[in-house]
Amino acid sequence: MSEAIERPAGGAPPAWEYASAPESTDVVRLEDRYGLFIGGEFVEPKSGRWFPTISPSTEETLAEVAEADAADVARAVDAARDAAPAWQGLAPAERAKYVFRIARQLQERAREFAVLETMNGGKPIKESRDVDVPLAAAHFFYYAGWADKLEYAFPGRGTPKPVGVAGQIIPWNFPLLMAAWKLAPALAAGNTAVLKPAETTPLTALLLGQVMQEADLPPGVVNIITGAGETGAALVDASVDKIAFTGSTEVGKAIRRATAGSGKRLTLELGGKAANIVFEDAPLDQAVEGVINGIFFNQGHVCCAGSRLLVQEPVFDVLLAKLKDRLQTLRVGDPLDKNTDVGAINSKAQLDKIEELVASGVEEGAEIYQPECDLPERGFWFRPTLFTGVSQSHRIAREEIFGPVLSILTFRTPEEAVEKANNTPYGLSAGIWTEKGSRILHMAQRLRAGVVWANTFNRFDPTSPFGGYKESGFGREGGLHGLEPYLTFDGADR
Amino acid sequence: MSDRLEVRRTAKLYIGGTFPRSESGRSYEVTAHDGRPLAQVSQASRKDLREAVVAARGAFTAWSGATAYLRGQILYRVAEMMEGRRAQFEAELADTGADDPARGVSVSIDRWVWYAGWADKLAQVVGATNPVAGPYFNFTLPEPTGVVGIVAPGDQSLLGLVSRLAPAIVSGNTAVVIASERSPLPAVSLAEVLATSDVPSGVVNILTGITVELVPWLASHMDVNGIDVTGVPDDLLADTEYAAAENVKRVHRAPRADPFDEAAQSPYEITAFTELKTVWHPMGA
Amino acid sequence: MARAAAVDSVGLEGRVAALATRSIKRDTKVWGLELAIRCMDLTTLEGSDTTGKIVAMCAKAIGPDPMRPEVPSVAAVCIYPQHVPVTVEQLRGTGVNVASVAGGFPAGLGSLGSRLHEIRDVVDAGADEIDIVLNRSLFLGGRYAEAFEELLAAREAAGSTHLKVILETGELGSYDRVRQASMLAMAAGADFIKTSTGKIGVSATLPVALCMLEAVRDFRAQTGRLVGVKVAGGVRRAKQALQHLVLVHETVGMEYMTPDLFRIGASSLLNDVLMQLEKERTGHYSGPDYFTND
Repeated sequence: MSEAIERPAGGAPPAWEYASAPESTDVVRLEDRYGLFIGGEFVEPKSGRWFPTISPSTEETLAEVAEADAADVARAVDAARDAAPAWQGLAPAERAKYVFRIARQLQERAREFAVLETMNGGKPIKESRDVDVPLAAAHFFYYAGWADKLEYAFPGRGTPKPVGVAGQIIPWNFPLLMAAWKLAPALAAGNTAVLKPAETTPLTALLLGQVMQEADLPPGVVNIITGAGETGAALVDASVDKIAFTGSTEVGKAIRRATAGSGKRLTLELGGKAANIVFEDAPLDQAVEGVINGIFFNQGHVCCAGSRLLVQEPVFDVLLAKLKDRLQTLRVGDPLDKNTDVGAINSKAQLDKIEELVASGVEEGAEIYQPECDLPERGFWFRPTLFTGVSQSHRIAREEIFGPVLSILTFRTPEEAVEKANNTPYGLSAGIWTEKGSRILHMAQRLRAGVVWANTFNRFDPTSPFGGYKESGFGREGGLHGLEPYLTFDGADR
Repeated sequence: MSDRLEVRRTAKLYIGGTFPRSESGRSYEVTAHDGRPLAQVSQASRKDLREAVVAARGAFTAWSGATAYLRGQILYRVAEMMEGRRAQFEAELADTGADDPARGVSVSIDRWVWYAGWADKLAQVVGATNPVAGPYFNFTLPEPTGVVGIVAPGDQSLLGLVSRLAPAIVSGNTAVVIASERSPLPAVSLAEVLATSDVPSGVVNILTGITVELVPWLASHMDVNGIDVTGVPDDLLADTEYAAAENVKRVHRAPRADPFDEAAQSPYEITAFTELKTVWHPMGA
Repeated sequence: MARAAAVDSVGLEGRVAALATRSIKRDTKVWGLELAIRCMDLTTLEGSDTTGKIVAMCAKAIGPDPMRPEVPSVAAVCIYPQHVPVTVEQLRGTGVNVASVAGGFPAGLGSLGSRLHEIRDVVDAGADEIDIVLNRSLFLGGRYAEAFEELLAAREAAGSTHLKVILETGELGSYDRVRQASMLAMAAGADFIKTSTGKIGVSATLPVALCMLEAVRDFRAQTGRLVGVKVAGGVRRAKQALQHLVLVHETVGMEYMTPDLFRIGASSLLNDVLMQLEKERTGHYSGPDYFTND
């Protein structure tokens, strides 16, 4: 019975490999050319100019999109202006239902949006699938419900009214999600909008234009115009009532100057240089995940990225070792692969900027660490990078890199951590990792930042207000506070 | 009695809890509405403004960190002290040509009381707990913006100023005020009230001087986080907003409401210079 | 003993959720399924176990799929002490180990003397591996030193026999406690730490496994000693087994992907793994009638 049978010992595999599991792009039907979405239709630009939009992971041209000039911008603003009275006059409950429809249609076409977002922007499909698209739909869903409840949002402030026509300029890091952050509260509050996506990532916004059509949204309520900085500047100068901008602090300041004295309402969501602060008693393995997520989520193209890691000295060695180990397991490459953790850098220009700042870090004497990993030959790539031996005066500790680059500093006491964390013109976000409840609240109170994540990082939700202190901008997006920029009260500008 | 010589007040600046003259040594003459000379008033320079910002920044941590209850009590104390000096304020308002000086003083005092009461209620009205879709506790609270520059309205030199200053500091901001150029004396008297009202040194700093000379320095100052432009002349507004862009200042102008009207006081005048901070924490065993 | 680091449950579970979406290459999957078999402690721990049942299970352990001799044997057969002699007899020379629970399984609340006696007994009877239980009564009561002393005594009683310590994580209430218990058992000299007895509702969840893998990783970093992890109870599907292997790979690496350092205690998992292997081999889905029920 127990006669020994020769059983295979099972030998080691060549490697434990995750399947190349590319999401099929069949779900996306790309047009050769995309016009401007104005008055409910895709129209040819008056400018007569078009520009290619590429995939940053392959450098292949995906489509051509129209470049809107000042005349095109004016046409879009006129369409929004013309649509405003009827949209504002609609029963709020009906307005709500349109916005609900948009949310539902986004959920319905989620996979298509996710794949297209990844193709055009380079972010890992697991992020566009699990974060960008569901959150975008959730934003429309959340704000839809506000449309007929606005009088409950700001007690004692008078009757809420829409501001009018909103010009909205969004960045390339979360193209669809930022469109949702902008459009959802604007529409719910009864505004009409002209949205300008970033020049490198226009496609999901244009697909959103199709969703607006499918939702039978009245023509002109949402207009989507494509182009680069000049188009954005034309929109800022156009006869809109409000500008909402998400992007760099530099451009934000330029918009503030351009609108000076114009009486246009303005909200700015700008850059950051967040401190992620790890105390000795932190849940270290989760802190490692939070730090990794904090800086490598979306290749670090995140305004609230935890780009400065402040580690309490007793756990510096152990945390650094854990981070380096974890970095080795990050999978960099084809963003359409479901196993990919870090995708492509969004553009050549951004890659150049990252490379320049990283070079400055090396030159200034910080110690660089990058894991071994193969990078694809085509496309724009940058290895996940750690810098140790960083001091507050290094450029990599002060300037927003907007890439997968973490600067690690140490501290000794909570006071020192606060002092270092706040020692920046920015004030968008911060992270705290400690098991001590009273210390969390103490730190959260002292950190001058609009979003504080304690024992977590990079969490977003439509109910949760988001926005910065200091040079990270003003105004909030998300939550009931995110309605405020799109409302006026009894004509008073408050 | 009649041959006793009156001891006149020297109208000085109020910076960091002290009453210096302008470092420039300059002063300017202030006259009553009928042209009667009233006083020589310190004419603040940009360096005085710089010192005022330093004082305001220095006071920020303690003032913003004080309990809301304490800030409310201190603002109420300001009202008490004004009440005790109302004759002086009434006389100064009368000199400005105010229609009803007594009412101006009364409403100003009541405005302090009204805002004092907001100190420990604001967070409850404009804060929130947010039902995020995940195992996290998430709340949003208002916090003071930082150092706020206030360009007080040129007219309504007392009530206009109080209506801008009280909402700014009740949340924990510290302030650098440019007083009404034409009628600065009520502001000077207010400084003397503040100095004796337990308002910590540096929380409020009051400069008298030439508005157009000081506003650009205030607007472009990189350590001023917000600016109330209610008193900025219309033709200077665009330049002021332009300069404010450099450090992304919050710019606010009060609604054009009659300052005597109750509509002129609002918690949303406080939130004009507050930031919203949202805090996340996981909920797990 | 050094202070055990805290564990944040939401972050831990979030990490598990992220890893659960990994898709594995086909070759890797086949290797992983075979590894799952090689790492399996085929288990029966019922009061109704008889010699007949044990004999049948041993046959299954040696040759899980009679039609496919290339399918590897499992790592061990896990039984109650009374069945050690017959199991030793059945498995002699097969390379499949005899693992016995001992030490008052599953509650671990008999007298210490009798529990230690039971451990020595199964060693004498020829068991290769012993699965004992942490005294949760002492541990949850905060009597850590006593719990630790008991484990030291068990270690001594087991001698050089391979010792697994069951933490019964479903009773510990939080991941901090799981980590703390892991550290306690490792410090006392356990060769393996094991999640569960399989006798309570909550068994080897993925987050618990990750928590314990992180503990052995830190113990390795601090002491250089490699302590194995056994997930037991509740792992019934091949997919779960692969998810556990992904955790092992991502947390402690290839070094741990061996029966020497990772085990899966299961009774019904084997046939599901065989079915998946068959599917990978033939390209179509199989059914339960094609696999033996022993």
